[in-house]
Amino acid sequence: MARIAGVDLPRDKRLDIGLTYVYGIGPAKALETCGGSGVSPMTRVRDLTDEEVVRIRDWIGNNYNVEGDLRREVNQHIQRKVQIGSYQGLRHRRGLPVHGQRTHTNARTRKGPKKTVSGKKKTR
Amino acid sequence: MPRSTKKGPFVDDHLLLKVDAMNSRNEKRVIKTWSRRSTVIPEMVGHTIAVHDGRRHVPVYITESMVGHKLGEFAATRAFRTHGGAERTTRVR
Repeated sequence: MARIAGVDLPRDKRLDIGLTYVYGIGPAKALETCGGSGVSPMTRVRDLTDEEVVRIRDWIGNNYNVEGDLRREVNQHIQRKVQIGSYQGLRHRRGLPVHGQRTHTNARTRKGPKKTVSGKKKTR
Repeated sequence: MPRSTKKGPFVDDHLLLKVDAMNSRNEKRVIKTWSRRSTVIPEMVGHTIAVHDGRRHVPVYITESMVGHKLGEFAATRAFRTHGGAERTTRVR
C-alpha cells in the first residue's frame, strides 16, 4: 500500500494517475515526479517497491508543496485579500465568484444551492 | 497575462509626483486621485490615498500587504443594496 504525503493510497491505477489523488499534484506534476524520482509512470501503484515509494515521497517533499501545507498557503492568500479589503477579498467574503463571472444566472458553485425567492404578487 | 517585469510597476506620473513630494517633505496628507489604474508601490505605504469610485473619493490607508495591487481594487465601483425584503414586496402591489 503506497502512502504518499499523508493519507493517499489509490491501488490499481497507473502511477502517474494515482499520484494525481494527492492534493496539489495534477497530471503534469505527476509525470514530472515520475521523471524526477526515476520510476516509470506505467507501473501500477500496487507494483511499487517500498524503496520506490520512499524515493517518490522524498522527491515530492523536496519539490512540491502539497496537501495540508498547500491548503494552508492558499487560505493565507485568501485571508490576505479579505483583510486588505481588495475587490477579490470582498467577493470571497460574500461567497460570490471572484474572477468576474456573471452572477445573473449560474455561479452556483460559489453561491450554493438555489434559494428561490417567492415572486412578487401583482395585485392589480 | 501579467505585465512584463522589465517595465516595472505602472503608476500614473501625477500620482507618483505627489507621493514622492510628500515623502521628501515627510508629511502625511490625503491625496485625492482618479488614478485607479495605478499600482500600489512601497513608497505609498503609510499614506492615505483617496481613490475615486465614480462618485466620491474613498480614503484608503495603504498597508504593506497591499503592495502590488491596483488602487482601484480598494474602492468598489458598485454599491449593492440588497434585494426584496418584506417591506419592498408589500409596496409593489
